This record gives sequence, C-alpha cells and structure tokens, in this order.
Amino acid sequence: MRKVYLDNNATTKMREEVLGAMLPYYKDIYGNASSVHGFGRAARQAIDQARQNVASLLGASSQEEIIFTGSGTEADNLAVKGVAHALKAKGNHIITSSIEHHAVLNVCKFLEKEGCKVTCLKVDKYGIIDPEDLKKAITDKTILISIMYANNEVGTIEPIEEAAKIAKGKGICFHTDAVQAVGKVPLEVKNSNIDLLSMSAHKIYGPKGVGALYIRKGTKISPQMQGGHHEMGKRAGTENVAGIVGLGEAARLAKKETLIENKDLTALRDYLYKGIISRIESVRLNGHPEKRLPNTLNVGFKYLEGESIVLNLDMEGIAVSTGSACTSGSLEPSHVLTAMGVDPAETQGSIRFSLGRDNTKEDMDYVLQVLPPIIKRLRDMSPLYEKGK
Amino acid sequence: MEGQYSEKVMEHFRNPRNVGEIPDASGIGNVGNPVCGDIMRLYIKVGENEIITDAKFKTFGCGAAIATSSMVTELVKGKTIPEALKVSNHAVAEALGGLPKIKMHCSVLAEQALRSAIDDYLAKKKKKA
Repeated sequence: MRKVYLDNNATTKMREEVLGAMLPYYKDIYGNASSVHGFGRAARQAIDQARQNVASLLGASSQEEIIFTGSGTEADNLAVKGVAHALKAKGNHIITSSIEHHAVLNVCKFLEKEGCKVTCLKVDKYGIIDPEDLKKAITDKTILISIMYANNEVGTIEPIEEAAKIAKGKGICFHTDAVQAVGKVPLEVKNSNIDLLSMSAHKIYGPKGVGALYIRKGTKISPQMQGGHHEMGKRAGTENVAGIVGLGEAARLAKKETLIENKDLTALRDYLYKGIISRIESVRLNGHPEKRLPNTLNVGFKYLEGESIVLNLDMEGIAVSTGSACTSGSLEPSHVLTAMGVDPAETQGSIRFSLGRDNTKEDMDYVLQVLPPIIKRLRDMSPLYEKGK
Repeated sequence: MEGQYSEKVMEHFRNPRNVGEIPDASGIGNVGNPVCGDIMRLYIKVGENEIITDAKFKTFGCGAAIATSSMVTELVKGKTIPEALKVSNHAVAEALGGLPKIKMHCSVLAEQALRSAIDDYLAKKKKKA
C-alpha cells in the first residue's frame, strides 16, 4: 500500500544528512561539553557550530542569543515563566492570544495561579489578532506579550512585526512561539522587535527532544531549571550533544533550502485543495487564504466528524490529523477553530493536511483518489447530511 | 493500550453493520448533539411478540461512535423489547472488546439511542391502543 505522510506540522521525518551528522556524537565523540579535556572540547566545538547555525537561520546578531532546550514546549516555558518571574517586581500582566499552542496557553494558566493576570486576544475568522486590540489590552502592569508566529492547526501567520513593534514602543518584552514558522517563513530577528523566539528541531527535519530559545541580548529572564551553569546559566543540565548537532544541521539545511522548497510545497498544497473542492461539495478552508504557512491546509468537511475521516485515511496509508496532535485524545472541539468563530458542528469535521519536503504530486493524486469515496461513505452514514441536502 | 481501539472496534468501524434507515420503523431514537461531536439515530422494526426484527442506524461521530452504533444494532436484533431494555452500555463496550476510557461515553450514547427508539415505539403503541 502506498504511504503518504501529510502530518508534518505534528513532526517531520529526520533527514539523512541530519542523522549522519549526529551519529558520531553517539559513538566516538562522547565527551561532556563542560569538560576541559579533548573529549569535552570536541563536544563543545560541535555545540558551538550548531549554535552558530541556529543563530544564522533565525538571523540573530550573536550565537550567544541562542539557548538550547529539550523541546519547543520547554523553550515556551522558559520564555513565558522566565520573563514573568524575572519581572515580578515590575508587573504581573501577560497578553497572549486565544489560538496559542497549549505550550503557551497552559503556561499562562499556571502563572494565573501564581497571581499573574492574563489577557487572551481574540482573533478574526481567519485566526488573525487585531493589533488595535493588543494596544488596548496593554496596562502599566504588562510585562510580557506572547503571540505565536504561525498557528499549528490552520497555518495562519500573525502580524508579528506589528505586534512586536507595539510591544517595543511600550517597553514590553515580546515573545513568539515560532515552532511552526521556523524554516517555513524567512526570519531575521536582529532587525525585528522580537525579544524571545521558540523553535523546535523535529519540525524542521531534525531530531525529537531538542529545541531552542532565542533570547535577545539584555532580555531579563529567570532560569526554570536550577543546576550547573550550562547554556550561559539559563538552562542547567548536560547538553544533549547529538540532539543539538542534529538541530544545528537541520538549521543549516533549512537556511540553505527551505525558502526554495516552500514554493513547490505551496503549489502542491494548492493543487490538493483545488482537487478537493472540485471533487467534494460542502467543504470550507480554515485559516487565511494567503497569510498562511506554505505547507498547511486545513479543510472542514461539513456533516462529518474528523476522527472517522482520519481513521479511514489511515486505513489507506494516508496520515493526516484533526487539528493538533497534542490535543487529539481530547473531546473538546479545537480551541483554535472555536476562537475563529467556526460553527461548533463544523469544527468537528476539520482535517489538517500538512505537507513536507518528501511529498510529490503523485501523493496528492493518491489522496484525491482515496478521499472522495471516504467522504461519501461517511456522509451517507451521517444523520446530519440529509438535512443539508 | 490507552487511547487505542481494539481490533473488534476497528472491524466494526471498517465494516459497520446495519447502516441506513428503516422507512416504516416502529421506533426512532435520536440522541447526542454536534457540539460534543456525536449524533446517533437508531431505527427499530418491531414484529410479532414484541421481537425486534430489524435495527438500523445513522451516526455522526468518531470511530467509537460508529462501532458502538453498529454493535448495538447487532445486539438487539432478535431480542424482545424487555430483553433489549436490558442491553447496557457496558454490554455494548464489552462486545466490542472494550473501549478506550475517553470513548466510553459513545457506548452510553448507543444505550441511550436504543432506549430512545424503544420509548418512541412504546409511545406510538400507546397512542394506537
């Protein structure tokens, strides 16, 4: 059976080059990067190179602005909690958006228990925040604004530069969860007003278990892990050398290739969408038609529930998801689609196709061949469908 | 394993039994709502001696919702109304080789759909009498 992986926003397949770069650090170069001897120096050198590669991908002014973490979630935790704790004396108000990943939303909920006040900005029907709302939400107690660069479920890209500029104007720290954006949109943090930016290796064809946080020089942040003085005292714990090397190599390749590859991905994605709407009735596009990640397509199939579509496609070798992998297993409708004002009944039948660099036109043709009969079969089974006829 | 469907659930999801409608149904049960993600409509045909001779369903929902709909229709066919009233959500889940904890409510919905169809049948019968 043909296998088609269209869940690249959940995770990507690690590239051969990345694995190749990592392997020596699991075998011969096993030193602790904090050791002074040759074994340690070799590991340190590899980490420095990786830091340089990540700094270059993000367009940071110095590699010292990059802190390696154990995941994108950890980077978000360090950013949001780290600033909230560091600036406790200054204020306790955080502004975020209603469509953030749980790695930010649940950290904010946690901080509310510690006495922080959190404002969640609303989004429009495309999932975009209104910078005017942001301006209005700012108080003299606001210490942090955290808005995701691009949404994981629908791919909508937020007006980050505008939001960051507003934050800068008020002297407020600005964080962005760019886990889905890195490697898909051009970034240059040094010329932006972004103070903190989270990323993850496994979304850009690197290994799982490693992420990074960009911290602009001078940004006050409290470490969330106490221990040795690894990562410039901001993240204690012996460095995951092989993982960091993998992230570095993935970043180097992303810098070199992704912007070219993105054009092809967008063409494939739009080919898939056009194919779907020409073959299946009562479908809707979730997310912004243009201001969207090049690889993301979220489609709502009216009268249906998403999991039954995912399972049917899985039986045909096609991997997609309903919204986010981190929330499947929850019965709640997607908080992102709900925030966008999508009718609750319609949020249920939404499917995310997230393409990756290995996908081909043949993959899309296979989906277009397999999907319509599945939708028809499920709709024939749906008590809602006849009402829509 | 937690969160994973049993072989039997997948088998009923892949090949659901008794999908459709019964135009001259003796009773129809409607339960659920689209906000929680599950709607079941169950049709029963009741023959002589209160025996359920046919059952069909239409369901909007996840894999478990479709599998429990399929199983409950299988379980009640050939049963009398009093027997069918004893079919519990646990019986449906058990017949499917168990359900993930988070999906147990689907078996509850299947039981409710059956009760609702039987209630509808009994109400119609009362009206006729």
